[in-house]
Amino acid sequence: MEFALFLGCTTPSRLKQYEYSSRAVLGELGVTLVDIDEFKCCGYPLRNIDFKAFVLSSARNLALAKKEDLKLMALCKCGYGTLKMASHLIKENSSLREEINEILAKEGLEYQGDVEILHFLTVLHKEVGLEAIKDKITRPYENLKVATHYGCHALRPSQVTEFDDPVAPTLFDELVSITGAKSIEWPMKLECCGGPLSGVNDELSFAFTDKKLLDAKKASADYLTTGCPFCQIQFDTFQDQTGHGRGTNHHVPAILYSQLLGLCLGLDKETLGFDSKRTDIAKIESFLSP
Amino acid sequence: MFYTITLYVSLVIFCIGLLYKISNWFRYKIGQDAKNISVSTRIGAAIKGILSTFFSVKVFTLIKVFVLDVLLQARLLRKDFVRWLAHICIFGGFMLLLLMHALETHISSALFSDYYSTLNPFMFLRDFFGLMVFFGLALVIYRRFFSRAPRPATSGMDYYAIIILAVIMVCGVLLEGTKIVSHSKYEEMVEEYAVLDEEEETPLESYWVDKFGVVSPDVKGPFDKDTLKEGKELHEMSCAECHSRPQWAFLGYGVATVSKPIALSLDRARIHTLLWYVHFLACFIGLAYLPFSKFFHIFATPATYLLNAVMEREKSDPANLATKQAIELDACIHCGDCTARCSVAVAFKQIPNPNILPSEKLVALRALASGKVLPEEQLRVIQEGSYICTDCHRCTDVCPSGINLEDLWFSMREHLAKLGYPKPEVWARQGMGANFDLTKLKEQTLSLTPVDRKFLGGLGASAQASTFSVCFGCENCTNVCPVVGNYENPQEVLGLVPHQIMHALALGRRDLTFGSRMLWDCVTCYICQEYCPQGVSVTDVFYELKNLSFTHLKEKA
Repeated sequence: MEFALFLGCTTPSRLKQYEYSSRAVLGELGVTLVDIDEFKCCGYPLRNIDFKAFVLSSARNLALAKKEDLKLMALCKCGYGTLKMASHLIKENSSLREEINEILAKEGLEYQGDVEILHFLTVLHKEVGLEAIKDKITRPYENLKVATHYGCHALRPSQVTEFDDPVAPTLFDELVSITGAKSIEWPMKLECCGGPLSGVNDELSFAFTDKKLLDAKKASADYLTTGCPFCQIQFDTFQDQTGHGRGTNHHVPAILYSQLLGLCLGLDKETLGFDSKRTDIAKIESFLSP
Repeated sequence: MFYTITLYVSLVIFCIGLLYKISNWFRYKIGQDAKNISVSTRIGAAIKGILSTFFSVKVFTLIKVFVLDVLLQARLLRKDFVRWLAHICIFGGFMLLLLMHALETHISSALFSDYYSTLNPFMFLRDFFGLMVFFGLALVIYRRFFSRAPRPATSGMDYYAIIILAVIMVCGVLLEGTKIVSHSKYEEMVEEYAVLDEEEETPLESYWVDKFGVVSPDVKGPFDKDTLKEGKELHEMSCAECHSRPQWAFLGYGVATVSKPIALSLDRARIHTLLWYVHFLACFIGLAYLPFSKFFHIFATPATYLLNAVMEREKSDPANLATKQAIELDACIHCGDCTARCSVAVAFKQIPNPNILPSEKLVALRALASGKVLPEEQLRVIQEGSYICTDCHRCTDVCPSGINLEDLWFSMREHLAKLGYPKPEVWARQGMGANFDLTKLKEQTLSLTPVDRKFLGGLGASAQASTFSVCFGCENCTNVCPVVGNYENPQEVLGLVPHQIMHALALGRRDLTFGSRMLWDCVTCYICQEYCPQGVSVTDVFYELKNLSFTHLKEKA
């Protein structure tokens, strides 16, 4: 199993532990990752500004994966959703396709909308498979309640992203269940973390985070798990700054799924890049079976 | 006399330039923290910082960085061997020439009691160092003008740097060559250093024509053995002490060999005097202009290496961080590595704003930091460029001058925000809200036929955007929207809510759509789009409306 690893910009610069832990986990599961040095911005940050600049940025990355004849795996949900959207648009819209390819041709690249794009979680669920992962789990969790945060841009628009059922998704819950943890039901499971408004309207952005965390707390989650750097950073930032001045007290630490899974695969905290300052996240070890 | 005057004039200009540039390091202000720190505080903090670093263990870090990164340029070596080779040849060769040749009376003579520029090994070494510079220059010219590696456009400053170096070097070698063959130079030397009888003149001259490359109008080879033997004896008495064979000055000797047929006329025209003037004047111009040219990086780049090795954004004195950022602006040599590695540089092909590219953004930042008042139009362009950035840190990782570009961009955005140019989304939300005041529309009757067809036509970048036309007003989008749900009276805060925006679009009302904060407060969670029974791509319509707002604002500006 081989994939071109699309790291994006945020993971390597602000959340390196996601890269470390994903590489470690996938390595453990026999997945080969190919690094394409020329991968650049997925185009997501350009969507507000200029439609074609966004499609062009996405298409360039996809064309690079195509050149190597590889499937592409993204770590972030925003990157995944953006690449899926651009690929969809290029496939559907012939004049756009021509226009973009005219620019790509200057670099000797071409893209026709035909690269398979996967997310880290889809690779685990569909390509590696639940049973194969289960076989590798050496220390499952006990009595651990986890709330899954699906992330908007992977889930919707579902016709384009093809991630899972947009109304009643199960993919992430199943991935949590195999670790021995209980994936709890909670009303705001599919809602936004607030991340996209960070820096534009911080008050509204954190209002979303606050509500979600409160909801997870009410549903008695011990941890919240994510599969996207933007969501993870949003939760981390909020909880680091103790409710961002809101004086709220519903602490539910967020943990990357790659770290959650890594621990029960027997990988150590250093390999998985646990932040030594975030003792609340590291405490999850106490739930591992002896 | 002329030499001395020009030397001192250029030295004075150089010193004033250096002081001016260093004063900029303490005067330039970038970002929030720098704004309120006075120049004297910054100078004081710098002195304190330097002293406390020198008397701490950090001094070992500085020594290591100085040897590895400044002298040996290990950072460049890790990146690209050919570039390192070119740079170390020019840097090393030129520095050694400067110390050994240009400053010979102060350095070489002081160090070596038997120093004569015309004696080996010094004569050979001078040409060897020269060859190093030539080799480096050739690599530079090849890489810049002939290789296909991507790099930014060559600026006037790049041309200047190459030309001034080339002029100094080429004139130097030509000067050496024409002096070797020059008969008048030979006569001057004989007059000054040799005591000869009249009959001894011919043998010595014959010997020098034969062995030292002098081209004489009086004597010509082939010479008989006895004359040469006598010449050799005279040479050993009067000249050998200071003269090795000119072949050792291989560059100059090459020029001498080639120019032999025209050597006499060149000598009559006193071409070597002319070359001497050009050679030293070019050196003095280079010296005087150095602080204002690309060559200033020989001060600023090592300073950047050293400062970044011992400073951290969180821990260091803000006054020193401000100074460090000003120094970093001077350390950039516009090599374009950052732009080649930039995550969003590809957007430049669609949005032709050079400020997207880090190497060009820095040019704009320099203008901002100097405190120059820039026209509004230019500020808008800089604002757009500086926010098309994903903070991916690649520019910083790749910069051969060791500049912390990411921190510079951060400070630049603070700086722009303070001038009234915040993140474009924030700016557009405020700007559009002020342009299209929804409260003023309450009294109006709305026409049911689309009023602004051009506006509707603009929504065509993707097929998705035209789906608004099939909206039948079920309000599902609005009911599921988490942003709408966040407010008790959403319309007070947001203006129009999602289904109303679809309506306004059908009516071709630019004012109604653009005036709604809903557009900018959309979290792009796509719930509305997912739940639309009619297949309206609500979120994608919003994206395109945001694009159109920016176009509108740009056109207006």
